[in-house]
Amino acid sequence: MITFDSVSKRFADGTTAVDNLSLEVPDGEIAVFVGPSGCGKTTTLRMVNRMIEPTDGIIEVDGKNILKEDPAELRRRIGYVIQQIGLFPHRTIRDNIGTVPGLVGWDKKRIRERVDELIEVVGLPEDSGDRYPHELSGGQQQRVGVARALAVDPPIMLMDEPFGAVDPIVRTRLQEEFLRLQQEVQKTIVFVTHDIDEAIKMGDRIALLSQGGRLEQYATPEEMLAAPANEFVADFLGGERGLKQLALIPVRDVDARSGPVVSLEDTPERASEVAGDANTDWVVVVDDARRLKGWVSIDELNGQRNVGEGNIHAFSAEVSAGDSLRTALNAMVTSRTGVAARVGEGGVYEGIVTHKLINEELSKPAEPTAG
Amino acid sequence: MDWGWVQDHLGEIQSLFLQHAQFTLLALVYGFAIAFPLALAATRWPRLYTPILGLTGILFTIPSIALFMLMMPFTGPTATTCLIALTIYTLLVLVRNTVEGLKGVPREVREAAEAMGYRRFKQLFRVELPIALPVIIAGIRIAVVTTIGLVTITALIGFGGLGALFIDGFRQAFGTPIVVGFVLSVLFAIAADLALVGLQRLLTPWARGTAAR
Repeated sequence: MITFDSVSKRFADGTTAVDNLSLEVPDGEIAVFVGPSGCGKTTTLRMVNRMIEPTDGIIEVDGKNILKEDPAELRRRIGYVIQQIGLFPHRTIRDNIGTVPGLVGWDKKRIRERVDELIEVVGLPEDSGDRYPHELSGGQQQRVGVARALAVDPPIMLMDEPFGAVDPIVRTRLQEEFLRLQQEVQKTIVFVTHDIDEAIKMGDRIALLSQGGRLEQYATPEEMLAAPANEFVADFLGGERGLKQLALIPVRDVDARSGPVVSLEDTPERASEVAGDANTDWVVVVDDARRLKGWVSIDELNGQRNVGEGNIHAFSAEVSAGDSLRTALNAMVTSRTGVAARVGEGGVYEGIVTHKLINEELSKPAEPTAG
Repeated sequence: MDWGWVQDHLGEIQSLFLQHAQFTLLALVYGFAIAFPLALAATRWPRLYTPILGLTGILFTIPSIALFMLMMPFTGPTATTCLIALTIYTLLVLVRNTVEGLKGVPREVREAAEAMGYRRFKQLFRVELPIALPVIIAGIRIAVVTTIGLVTITALIGFGGLGALFIDGFRQAFGTPIVVGFVLSVLFAIAADLALVGLQRLLTPWARGTAAR
């Protein structure tokens, strides 16, 4: 756990970078510090490993005041990843990753094994160990940066715009891989970004800071989107707040309606009846094993013997329990039926997600989070 | 070109060459021993950089013959006088390139090293100096080539390595020693420079393929 207790930083020129900041980052969580430039987010991050010393206040890591520790020793227990990466150009990838293990005195064999493990964990090509940083792509270099920070398995990581220097496609991939990795390693992370979408995606909690290092709100992304503390927060979250909120809610969280369903063998009369009950002019079609086949319009069933002979349209997109409601909404607006079909394993139909369900979900008061 | 003279004086030419090489090497060693701490000080305390550079710059501009004359009352016409002069002339380029090399270490690399938990000295020797090495060696190359040329001038006070051949040649109005001295000192400079290039390639395998510095 990282605790900031009334921490302030004023620079010699009189500017206040951080103003009386108090917050806790619980074990195993990612706290994203986000805000406009000059909000003191990087200064705050750098105070945790004493690259910058606070003017006032106390910072504790696991209950110990870091100002009482030897800075070099402290830093070896805190992983550090920055946007510019800062790999050592004169050392191979292997030696870069093995930097901190070397500093804390691991033997060569142990370092070698750990480095091999990390090269795999962060998804670097196996043969990259003996290369030099300039021989790698930007995305690969950033992976080396992450591997180097993880080398001695430090409980805490500081990440300052770690994915800021790579193109959007690589960034998305690195973000997702890192989140998967974090599920395993459960580090306590302070993550700095200026990009609110990255904050919402990466953060278990978001600390939104404004100019002069004032903490405007510290909350989970869901809470912040549902109930911004003030106008500054609302502005910073930007337009499409509802959509951003939907992106955080998985489809499994809403109870899909069963919807108007018929099987391939059902008659047009039966289909018409089902559609009428549901107040639609179409029905969902499934096979004997309840696998989703698509939908048919009632009008198009005229003169057919059963539904299977009709013109079955595929849903433009099918969603599964793990997709976000935002994905579901996208499926709705691109489908003539106006609903998203939810399927499970093997394409088995699980129900439909409707506008109404989404409205209900968004109008629910935000659930207070534990911790 | 009198090859007979060359044959007769092979032993003498050899010892003059060795003296030349010895002076060059010692001037470089002394020069680096002085320049390195000065460069570290100028890196650590940037306010010292301008005065240090200014001083070594002024020393560099003193004409060599004037410098010999200035030192005569103190050290006389000795090898010491020659070495002091030669050493002084290496300082400017050695200090400047060492400082520039260290300043050229990217900020994020220094920051990362610090954040990994390097202590100051270890960081200097394990991270910053190795990265500065190509620029430092570039300085050494200039210093070596300049010094090899300058050694010939110290012949004026009797310790000139191959320069002694020039003086002989002029005195006797005889071209062969001059040609021999000239060719050997040029070849020496080229060989020393190539050797340093080789050394740099050996020490900085990582710099291959990066932009030439």
